[in-house]
Amino acid sequence: MNWLLLLEQTLNGLQLGTLLFLLAAGLTLIFGIMDMVNLAHGSLYMMGAFFCATFTRLTGNFFLGALLALPATVLLGIVVEVITLRHLYDRNHLDQVLATFGLILFFNEGVRIVWGSAGLDIPLPALLNTHVEFLGIPYPTYRMMILAIGVVVAVGLYLLVARTRVGMLIRAGAANREMVGALGVDIRLLYTLVFGLGAGLAGLGGMLVAPLSTAEIGMGEQILILSFVVIVIGGIGSIRGSLVAALLVGLIDTLGRAFLPELLDRFFSGAVASTAAPSLSSMMIYVIMAVVLAVRPQGLFPANTG
Amino acid sequence: MELNFRTLVIFLLMAALALLPPVAMWVDEPFYIDLFSRVLIHAIAAVSLNLLLGYGGMVSFGHAAYLGIGGYVVGISTFHVFEDGVDWLASGWFQFPVAAVVAGLVSLVVGAICLRTKGVYFIMITLAFGQMLFFTAVGLDVYGGDDGLTLYATTDVGRLVDLGDEATLYYVSFGLLLLMLYVMHRLVNARFGRVILGARSNERRMAAIGFAAYPYKLTAFVLAGAACGLAGALMANHDEFVSPSMMHWVKSGDLIIMVVLGGMGTLFGPVLGAVAFLFLEEFLSGVTEHWQIIFGPLLILVVLFARGGIDSLLLAVGGPSLSLDGWLRRRRHDDGHGGAGPGPAGEDGAGRSDAGRNDAGKDGAP
Repeated sequence: MNWLLLLEQTLNGLQLGTLLFLLAAGLTLIFGIMDMVNLAHGSLYMMGAFFCATFTRLTGNFFLGALLALPATVLLGIVVEVITLRHLYDRNHLDQVLATFGLILFFNEGVRIVWGSAGLDIPLPALLNTHVEFLGIPYPTYRMMILAIGVVVAVGLYLLVARTRVGMLIRAGAANREMVGALGVDIRLLYTLVFGLGAGLAGLGGMLVAPLSTAEIGMGEQILILSFVVIVIGGIGSIRGSLVAALLVGLIDTLGRAFLPELLDRFFSGAVASTAAPSLSSMMIYVIMAVVLAVRPQGLFPANTG
Repeated sequence: MELNFRTLVIFLLMAALALLPPVAMWVDEPFYIDLFSRVLIHAIAAVSLNLLLGYGGMVSFGHAAYLGIGGYVVGISTFHVFEDGVDWLASGWFQFPVAAVVAGLVSLVVGAICLRTKGVYFIMITLAFGQMLFFTAVGLDVYGGDDGLTLYATTDVGRLVDLGDEATLYYVSFGLLLLMLYVMHRLVNARFGRVILGARSNERRMAAIGFAAYPYKLTAFVLAGAACGLAGALMANHDEFVSPSMMHWVKSGDLIIMVVLGGMGTLFGPVLGAVAFLFLEEFLSGVTEHWQIIFGPLLILVVLFARGGIDSLLLAVGGPSLSLDGWLRRRRHDDGHGGAGPGPAGEDGAGRSDAGRNDAGKDGAP
């Protein structure tokens, strides 16, 4: 095994973990506080990417595009919350699943009408289209930036939740919603704010990933389901859990895809290995999830909900 | 079953389904046989999902995976008939039981893990496992991978029955649907069904009177998976093609929509739902190619304003003409079936438990 390759793949895994964390943090907050299953979270991720692509083309600058796309996604999230999701908080999870499933259909088809089925590419800005030296290997600057943003967001979220008044309300809301409302807090406003925050994080994930791949229809659902795996492993409602689990899932998925075929090759005949490897490596994170659930059904860091 | 508007509609629907192929041939519209074969096969899958979703209160979001497994059993067997000349693999006496057994075994493993969890965890995990099976199918490069597998022949079920013939496949599907409905009726009214229904409303109480819910729920999960595998085997014969898209998570969502649209926890609800769903799809996609932009918001509206599905709508329409006595009896009857009650005052779809304040209790978990 090549150690430089291992290092590079580890960084890639951490970077996937960062993206997963951006989604999972919002999802887990929305679930923890509003008790709401939001399948449309992936759509906000997709919309972030498309907004960013559009604004980048209009302004000719990726940073300006992202700067405009972020508030646009937050705004969209808030509009969606006010129009539909707000009416679903008191419903059972099945209703929430169905309604947000409807939202996914709406957003996917809307994107197809507005932007077409082909998807949009964002050229990587020249400034970031370079490499930095890291422990002896050259690593793309842009990917490094994603990692850095992940660290900033994680620290920022921690400070927000643990140290600010809004964060205190968020924690209180997760523990006992009715009591928070009874103490005179405008719980609806809090919900909308949390949803906007989640939308912003998801949108940020989308716009970060867009220059690496493509802004395309369906990008949201793939990462949404991975984020579900993350928050199930981490424990629903726990931001710390989602951070740990996101990095874990990102690493396992990336390293599995990179090295499992080689590993299988050593133990089995070539034919068996080449047939089984693609299936097995995409199954790995689900197997991990199953193991975690078998040992700890509430996830690694169950949140202290009331 | 007493005679009311709902019974009448259901009876007429089943009669119409029974007579459809000759009528379609008579008016020279064979397309409808094809469409309604699809409806029937989806109805079988929806009926199987209803056992979990409607009666058991288990929101399984990965049910299409078993459809795919059934389909792939047929597809892979047929593949080897033609590639390796293993003739006995083509037989329906092999393909259909194996489709059910493999789907049942996979759902045993998946269910054993998923049922350790409740509520929203359960939804997410069934979704994740569905996705895992989807990617497994995508990874099957030998069998076409992402592109799927074309069937060179339909399942061989003897010389008299040719599943390649549309009307024959239609009646085989219809027969299986009737059988499934009968089995479901017996199952739900048997002790097994009572335990499942009891566990849906309050698992802790069921435990207190001496029933551990887990083995019953797992049995339901396996039965539903196996039945859905059969539907998948039929679907492979209908499409003469299998691909991972059969087990895409959107398909699982579609199946849930069918059950909810028709009426969860009612015998014929999933059939009504499958008819309505595929009709709506057919109709809307005739209006615009972007039919989902209408269907999505429509779904949200249905969730927000029309609880209980078509079944309770039919009950509500036929309601006023009935005597109080009949209404009371029907209500008892429906409660027994765990049906969504007449109108919004009725029981919550997935059966929110009476300990509903707690978030864990949202999906009928105590």
